[in-house]
This record gives sequence, C-alpha cells and structure tokens, in this order.
Amino acid sequence: MITITVNGQRHDINGDPNMPLLWAIRDIIGLTGTKYGCGAAQCGACTVHLNGEAVRSCITKISRADGQHVVTIEGLSANNDHPLQQAWNEVNVPQCGYCQSGQLMSAAVLLRENPNPTDQDIDDAMSGNICRCGTYQRIRAAIHKAADMQREGAKI
Amino acid sequence: METNAISRRNFLRVSGLAGTALCLGFYFPANAQKEQLISTTDQAGFDFNAWMRIDTDGKVTLTDHRAEMGQGSFQSVPQIIAEELEVDLKDITVVFAQGNPTKFGSQITGGSSTIRGSYKNLLKLSATAREMLITAAANQWNVPAGECYAESGHVIHKSSGKKLNYGDLVSAASKLSPPTEVKLKETSQYKLIRKPLQRLDTPMKTNGEAIFGLDKKVPGMLYAAVERNPRLRGKLKSFDDTAALKVPGVKKVFKVQMFVFNTTRDGIVVVADSTWAAMQGRKALRVEWDDSGFEHVNTGEIFKAHEQLLKHEEGLSFKKQGDPDGILTKSAKKIDVIYQTPYQAHTAMEPLNCVAHYQKDKIEVWGPIQAPDWVQGDISDKFKIPKENVIVNMTFLGGGFGRKAFLDYTHEAVAISREIGGPVQVVWTREDDVKQGPYRAGISYRGQGALDNGEISALKFKMAGQNIDHWSNTKRGKANDSTTEGFLKPYFDSVKNISFADVPYEMPLPNMWWRSVYASTNGFAYESFINEMAVLAGQDQLEFRRKYLKDERCQRLIDRMEEVSGWKSKKKNEGFGVAITECFETTVGQIVKVSRHADGKVKIDKVWAVMDCGWYVNPDIIKAQVEGSVVMALGAATIHEITFKNGLVEQSNFYDYLMPRMSDVPDVEVHIMENTADAGGVGEPGLPPFAPALTDAIFDLTGKRIRKLPFNLNAV
Repeated sequence: MITITVNGQRHDINGDPNMPLLWAIRDIIGLTGTKYGCGAAQCGACTVHLNGEAVRSCITKISRADGQHVVTIEGLSANNDHPLQQAWNEVNVPQCGYCQSGQLMSAAVLLRENPNPTDQDIDDAMSGNICRCGTYQRIRAAIHKAADMQREGAKI
Repeated sequence: METNAISRRNFLRVSGLAGTALCLGFYFPANAQKEQLISTTDQAGFDFNAWMRIDTDGKVTLTDHRAEMGQGSFQSVPQIIAEELEVDLKDITVVFAQGNPTKFGSQITGGSSTIRGSYKNLLKLSATAREMLITAAANQWNVPAGECYAESGHVIHKSSGKKLNYGDLVSAASKLSPPTEVKLKETSQYKLIRKPLQRLDTPMKTNGEAIFGLDKKVPGMLYAAVERNPRLRGKLKSFDDTAALKVPGVKKVFKVQMFVFNTTRDGIVVVADSTWAAMQGRKALRVEWDDSGFEHVNTGEIFKAHEQLLKHEEGLSFKKQGDPDGILTKSAKKIDVIYQTPYQAHTAMEPLNCVAHYQKDKIEVWGPIQAPDWVQGDISDKFKIPKENVIVNMTFLGGGFGRKAFLDYTHEAVAISREIGGPVQVVWTREDDVKQGPYRAGISYRGQGALDNGEISALKFKMAGQNIDHWSNTKRGKANDSTTEGFLKPYFDSVKNISFADVPYEMPLPNMWWRSVYASTNGFAYESFINEMAVLAGQDQLEFRRKYLKDERCQRLIDRMEEVSGWKSKKKNEGFGVAITECFETTVGQIVKVSRHADGKVKIDKVWAVMDCGWYVNPDIIKAQVEGSVVMALGAATIHEITFKNGLVEQSNFYDYLMPRMSDVPDVEVHIMENTADAGGVGEPGLPPFAPALTDAIFDLTGKRIRKLPFNLNAV
C-alpha cells in the first residue's frame, strides 16, 4: 500500500510500486490535468510538485512519493488565480494547451525560488518543457508579468 | 471525474428536453450545389447539430463544428456568430459538434479552412437568427421591425426603450420563417470581430480542466497499447504473450490490423485495466515480424534517387508558359541548383489516442480528431454500420498539424473495442508517434533560371518526392496538384518563360500532410531560388521582388515589410533575409535578422512577419499562430528530421527527435494587413517563408547559401 497526498487529499494506492506517478494521478486518482507527453522526462508535460519541487511524474515511481505531498495543476490555486494562471490568461499563452499544465508547474517553482527572473533565468528554468505550438515567447512574457503581479501583491 | 465539457453537454441535453428553443443551422445535401438554411423548433430533445441554439431562459449555445487543436476555432467561430447574433461572449456556451457533414458541411480541420470555409455562412446564419428575434419582438409590441434593434441578447424598441430578452422571444421566433435576405454589418461596425479578444478556452487550459482525448474516460473503459510492425507493410510471423498475460492488470492479448492508406499495419494489442499495465504487458510481448518484401531503404538513397530523377527526367508538366528551356539553353547568365527538404514527424504534444465503444448496432468514438466527418464515414464503411449510428465526438486536441486528420488510429480503436466487447482507450506512446508516421515526405527540387540584362528571362522548377495522392492510386500518372503551392501567383504575370514539373517518385514509406503541406517544402525551394536570382542580378532581394510582384496587395505587403523591419537601415554585421509565400489564400512575408554573437555562433535576433489574410476575426490568435508557425519552421529547418536506416525510422522520442526549446526561440513580431478581401487561412501560412528567409539572412551575413534542410545553426 502506498499513500500519497495529492492536492491536500490522501490517497491509498494498491498497485505496482514501479508505476509512474503520472499514471497513478491520471488513471487511479482521476486527475487528468497532468499530461503524458514522452514518458522519458524529455518534454515536461507531466510536471508536478513533489514536496514543493518540480518533478517529471512520468519517470517518478509511486514508491518514491509514498508518504509525500504532491501538487498537480488542479491544486496550483483554488480559483485559477495563481499569478501565473492570471498572467497566462492575460497574455493568451495557450494554443492547444496540452503542455501548459507542465509549463505552469515548472514556472511556479521558478517564481517561488526567484521572484524576479531574467530572460536567461526563465530560459534555464523552462528548458525542460517543450511546447510544439511554439508559445515560448508568450510563456516568457507571462512569467515576467506574473513576477510583476507577485511583487505588486507583496507591496500591498 | 466529472469534467467541464461533459457537465455542460449534459446540461444542454436536459435543457433541450425542458422546452422550446430556437435552433438554427444549415443543411448540406450530399449532391446539392448550395447549403440550405434550416430552423427548427426543438421540443423533443437537444439537436446537437444546430449551429446555434437559444433556450427560453436566454441561454445561448454555439457549436464549434471544427476541431480545436490550438488554432483557435473554439474562440473564432463563436466570435463570428456572436457578432451578428448580438450576444455577449461571456453569456454563451460553446460545444464541439459531432461528425455530421449533412449538418455542418465539411468539418475537416485542414487547409487552414475553418474560417475561410465557413465565415460567410456563419455571419448570415447569425444575422438571420437576430432578425427573427427582432421580428418576434416587433410583432409582440405591434411596431415596425425597423424601429427595433438587438444588443447583448435583447431586442430593444428605439423610441420607447422597451426591451425583451432573447429567451422570451424564442417561442415566437421559432415559429417564423427565416428571412431570405439579411443585411450584414460593415467591417467598421464590428464590435467583436477584428478585436484581440481573450480566448474562451484559455481558463480551462490553465487549471487542467480542458478535456483532451487522452483525458476521456467512459464507464467500464479498459486501456490498450499496441506493438505494431515497425515496417508499414511487413507481416506478423508469430508472437508469444505468456509473459504479457502475467503482468497484473493485463486482460487480453490479440492480433489487430490497422488500415493505413491502401494497406494494413499488423499489431499485437495488450488490453489492461490501466495505461501502465497495458504498456508493461506490451513490453513483455515477444513478437517476430516478417519484413520480407519491404524496401529496406536508407535516407541517403532516397535523396540520391531524387537527384538522379531531377537530373535526367523532365517529369510531368504542371504549368508552363513561354519557352524556358529554349531561353535557358541560350543564356549565359544562369543558375542550376538543387534544394532538399527532410522527412518530418508531426509530434503533436498529445500522442495519438482514441476511445472507442463498439456496440451491436452503434459505434461511438471520442478522441483528438481533426476530421470527425471523415471518421464517421470511414467507420461506417469499414464496420458496415449506417452513418447515423456512428457517433464521433471531438475532444480538445493536444496539437494536430495534419496527423490527427488521418483514419488509422480511430479505425484500430474500434476494431479493438469490437474484439473485447466493451469501451477501450488505445494509447500510443511517443515512440509509436515518432516511429510510425505518416510523415511529411522529404522532397528535392531543381531550380534553373536565367537573367537577361538583370531581368529574369526564364524560370524552371522540378520537384521529386513522394506524393500524398499516390496512396489512392487515382492520381498516379498526373503531376502533383500542389506543385506550385507556396509560389506567388503574380510571378506568372511578370515572368514570361516559366515552367513547373513533378517528377514522380514512388516509395512505400507512409507520408501525408504536415502543417502548411507542400508550401512548407516548395516555399523553401522557390523562394530561396528567387533570392539566388536576386544575388545573381546584383539586386536587393526585396527590391527584386517588388519588380515582379506587381499585384497591389503584394506591393503593400512589401512596403510594410520594409517599414517594420528597418530593411534599409541594416547595420554592417547583420544579415537580413527575406521570403514571401502564399498558402491557403494567405500571403506571408518574413524578414529574418541574424548576427554572429560573442561565442562565435550565428543567432537569430529577430523575425518580422507580415500577413495578408484578408478578412479576419481575432488578430491576437493570428499573431499567436504566426509566432508558433515560426517555431515549428525553426525546428524543421535547423533541429530535427526523420531518417530511415534499412527501412526503419532511426528516431524514437524527444531525446533523438529534438524540439526547439525556450532558449532557441527568437523574438517574432507579427503584423496583419488591413483589408476586407475574402478571408484566407491563418493556422499554416506563417510557416513556409521562415526557412528561406533564415537561409537568406545567413547568406547575407556569411556568403554561404544553404540548400539542404535541416542544417546545424551552431555550425554556420
């Protein structure tokens, strides 16, 4: 039995301990916002937070998450109002949208660690996330915007 | 998990059962010349196939009849309808249509056709509904309809200020005959169209709510993974499923055949109670393939064969005016060069998948589907079930680029469902996606041109490569229909001697359309050649084009390109390159600026794109499409290609089929020409001009002309 807390809710999972967290989240827990893109930690579409760190859930065994806290895109904010989600909406980032859960989860860790990232910081932090629609330019703009919003929020 | 899309859909069905509604749509009879407008009083149930529906409570539901794969139909179709219907976008619900060509006409999301193929009908349909509602209100108030107008889901009587909600008028309006003529707004009167409105699907794409094909769950659904023959036409020799059946969760293993064009691809399917179990079971299979009879081809041989054909064969003439051969023979100042473009995979971020439920007299499928009408027809034919009992549901698509307008994966899922007698989701891995194609075919071109007194006296182009149409056999022996795709038509007015030919090349590698189709490869060859001719003539590439593209829209486009890019104020250590292509009735010009940076590498500093797509809906979506097209073109020009060794694809996943990443992507600035000519496409035309503009910029900086894609930008 493996116990994982996902978005604050405890789940007991009976199954292959080698099963990647991605498939447990999607098929067993039933949260489908976390996406399968490559199964090889190459594209970042499956990015979730494991104890606050961005991990590729497609290669993270559920045994590694036993007793740990996982946050998925569904848990990034209660009302789709994380500064990044707001900025993503303002800048109209998504096209097909499939990779965007992973992009947002990667960006959320960047913004927490580095509230004022430069273009270079963003390139470095986001280089593990592929977007085939090519929304990179807008992702970069939206991260800057979210950083601004976060700073302005902090002043208030 | 209950999802947004499903709960909305259920709500609609319920509201449909609850009472009267005004539904408007078109009827597209199979053989008729013209669609017919239909209106229905929908009392019995929700007519999923109406384009718009207004319920008695004022709820407005609009249908997106095309796929949403990132290009914005989920926003732009409603944005058109809401304009003439006079409703606010915040008050409407959008649903995806099911496949039904009788109700929606063509639904294939391809050829950048969603807007250009539908907007006139949609404007008329929405204005018709508005006029019916206005008439209903005028009748009720006993005033002339001309004294009333519609706004934000209400009809208002001008002088008295009396106001009625659309919902209150539905019952009366639904009994009226639709007017035959309606007046449409002038462009200057638009409140929604031509505005950069935020997309309706953005919020659900930032919190995980949007349901893609892979997210679709139906009760009792099992999961399937298929080990398919790595060579398209090889056959299964034997398989051993002993170990696979021991994997916990694996239920069943059997052979399945997937139709691919006019042939089949054999596979062994593992059905299990989770995706992971199906994948593990598949890994445990032992399969032997018989690959005799299949060409054990290598990429190098393909392109060598192209070169030989281009050298020795005249091919099938596609278009010819004047006597280019005669001029070329006599001319002293001429060039004769070969361009080559690689095989490309689509690699949409969402790998192929499909949920299918085969029932005795009904088949239902759900998935990321670009052509629900084609899928309906195909499944109906292959499984001998009447079309009306084949229900095809589109989810959001995690990218498509042409690959999801193919019928292999949907057919295979239905075949698997039939065998297990229940619903199943077939999941392709990224490796399946990269290794199996179909691919954009690699194509080679030969360009020959002559100058007389600095003017083009002859142009001669030949192409050699696999032709998508050859899979159906009907077009063998004819030149490729798309031989001139991408090439600007005004050149035919200004160049007297010009010819295009297609040298047929047959190779049984699965090939099909890929974003911007032949323009993506033609554009590189033809526009690179125009640049080479300009250099040969010793003239500025942009000025050179100005001389030959006399068409007024082209002239204005060139003016705009020059103005926004600062073409004339280029600095010493900068390389500027240009290309202009036409694709699906839209012309795009791009200027790329490169320079050598301190680390010694050539970098792309900036891309300016100017698009003339005529009448348009949402400028921000257009800009996003062009930005994305440039990134896709960058990958195809400088980063990845599909290669074959002994008939097998050498790449398998994003570690060897590399993608552009954040740090690779230049700043792209997009400009849209303002005019009201008929709408052209938007999703694809931004792609073709990038590669030739980039290689031209590199030539400008380094003097080195690149004629074979992809090339390594880091080694320039």
